[in-house]
Amino acid sequence: MNILTAPIIVAVLSAILATIIVIIDGIVNNYGEVTININGKKDLKVKGGSKLLTTLSEQKIFIPSACGGRGSCGMCKVKVISDVGPILPTEAPLLSKEEISKNIRLSCQIKIKSDIKIEIPEELFSVKKYKGKIVSIKDVTHDIKEVRIELPEEIEFKAGQYAQLIIPPYDKIKESVQRAYSIASKPSEKNIVEFLIRLVPKGIATTYVHTKLKENQNIDLIGPFGDFYVRETNADMICVAGGSGMAPIKSIIYDMYEKNIKDRNIWYFFGARSLKDLFYLEELRKIEKELPNFHFIPALSEPSPEDNWKGEVGLITDVLNKYLKENQNHKEGYLCGSPGMINACVNVMTKNGIKQEEIYYDNFA
Amino acid sequence: MIPNINPFILFFAAIFTSNILLANFLGMCSFISVSKDEKSSNGLGIAVTFVMTITTTINWFVYKYILVPFKLEYLKYIVFIIVIAAIVQILEMLIERVSINLYMALGIFLPLITVNCAILGVALFMQLRNYSLIQTIFYGTGSGLGWWLAIVLLSSIRKKVDKAPVPPALKGPGITLITIGFMAMAFIGFSGMLNVQ
Ligand SMILES: Cc1cc2nc3c(=O)[nH]c(=O)nc-3n(C[C@H](O)[C@H](O)[C@H](O)COP(=O)(O)OP(=O)(O)OC[C@H]3O[C@@H](n4cnc5c(N)ncnc54)[C@H](O)[C@@H]3O)c2cc1C
Ligand code: FES
Repeated sequence: MNILTAPIIVAVLSAILATIIVIIDGIVNNYGEVTININGKKDLKVKGGSKLLTTLSEQKIFIPSACGGRGSCGMCKVKVISDVGPILPTEAPLLSKEEISKNIRLSCQIKIKSDIKIEIPEELFSVKKYKGKIVSIKDVTHDIKEVRIELPEEIEFKAGQYAQLIIPPYDKIKESVQRAYSIASKPSEKNIVEFLIRLVPKGIATTYVHTKLKENQNIDLIGPFGDFYVRETNADMICVAGGSGMAPIKSIIYDMYEKNIKDRNIWYFFGARSLKDLFYLEELRKIEKELPNFHFIPALSEPSPEDNWKGEVGLITDVLNKYLKENQNHKEGYLCGSPGMINACVNVMTKNGIKQEEIYYDNFA
Repeated sequence: MIPNINPFILFFAAIFTSNILLANFLGMCSFISVSKDEKSSNGLGIAVTFVMTITTTINWFVYKYILVPFKLEYLKYIVFIIVIAAIVQILEMLIERVSINLYMALGIFLPLITVNCAILGVALFMQLRNYSLIQTIFYGTGSGLGWWLAIVLLSSIRKKVDKAPVPPALKGPGITLITIGFMAMAFIGFSGMLNVQ
């Protein structure tokens, strides 16, 4: 009997205190109904007290959020016109001075407490949540899978854009997470999206896709997002990507092939270590034959002897440098991949006279 | 037995002669780290005073009417800490609602009050010395004000010291600890005025 009194007293006391906290929380954090004014046009009546990002997504307006609201990706930026208090310490590292002066904030960090006015790009209104179903999963290299997902309704996107996969909780992962993946299929296939997903050791989303996900399973996604798409000019397109960076470039090339665009030169430099990291070679060679303005240049940095490789050898930056020197046309850069590769390629491109503002890239970091 | 001390004397003793910081050296970590500027020092001082007064009083009731009747006095450490944690959480919600600027100025230090040893120390002294309810309230408030006074004094001194030619090896925490030593010695000067245990 005595042995029980101590735990019971402590438990009862804690329960009483917890109840008091919940009651006070209900009173103090009750901000009532507030209005979110978007772009001066649309008024949304919502319950105050939550983060802007989650409140908007409950209203079916999806702001990009590759980290799922943890304040680490910096994708959820929104222009806030009314006063919502000073920049929070969690926002400061992800905002530049210029953005701060323009009232850009991280929507996953700021709480809505009173009426608020925001501005977001109009494209975001067409972003939707889709309940997809896996139609096929294929290995294209030893660590990249091609995942095709069927959608119940049509999706409109520009070749090069990405979507966010919603990974449900599994095994030790207790919360659902969202990760960005570039769409590899072409925009004309409106009921299918395809992704190329590279396994990151111990990565939450990629481990799920590579080990748990099976055909016919359902998976939710939100999209499309992103400003990585082809600009309508006559400049030569210099695309550089390796590994899963292939995804948006594949979409772009198939789109141009389908639209039969012949008046624009497209160069695609694919960097890989050895033959086992290369994929879609035959498909791209086939397009190269039928679209004479498309040039596909795979380069291996460490070909193994049994690869029997006859193409370019060397780092992708060196190969790129060689080709850029030979050709003096007006050029635009389209890069996709890891921050290291992008920085190195931007350097080579600017040295060869491509303007910084005409180099577009998707950073997979 | 309840000691026979006038609550007002206890109040002033807690501020000057038995200052929780400068005589008992409790609550040093936030004292040193937050005293860099006056504004946050004031904020934290107010918060500590508030939390100390309320938690010591509540803990007095909890001790007298729950722990003693059930003969659970040995649980006082864990129970006092639970009460302090709950009050700090409530305070945090209130400050966030009332003043976002103060909330941000306090930043990580507000939740840290929970583990501020000065707060627990005052509750334990109150119990150890057998204070009555009135004495407890005056003692708790006095200790909080004493802590506040000490941190504001230190932040003002540090403002001056920042501009002084301090030897590089002593810059930052080094010179601050030396300053605190001098402050403690100065406060010893008050001890002839009142003597309270
Ligand atoms: C716009 C955009 C488009 C993208 N498109 C694609 C795409 O088409 N295909 C694709 O595969 N990915 C793409 N990504 C990356 C993708 O969003 C994820 O970041 C990636 O798949 C890792 O997710 P994860 O949940 O498996 O790993 P997480 O659980 O997020 O873990 C990643 C952790 O692993 C570490 N890590 C990262 N890379 C490595 C590595 N190579 N080796 C060891 N550790 C590492 C990181 O430090 C991090 O802590 C894109 C990202 C963005 C922002
Ligand atoms: S969602 Fe990633 S920083 Fe806000």
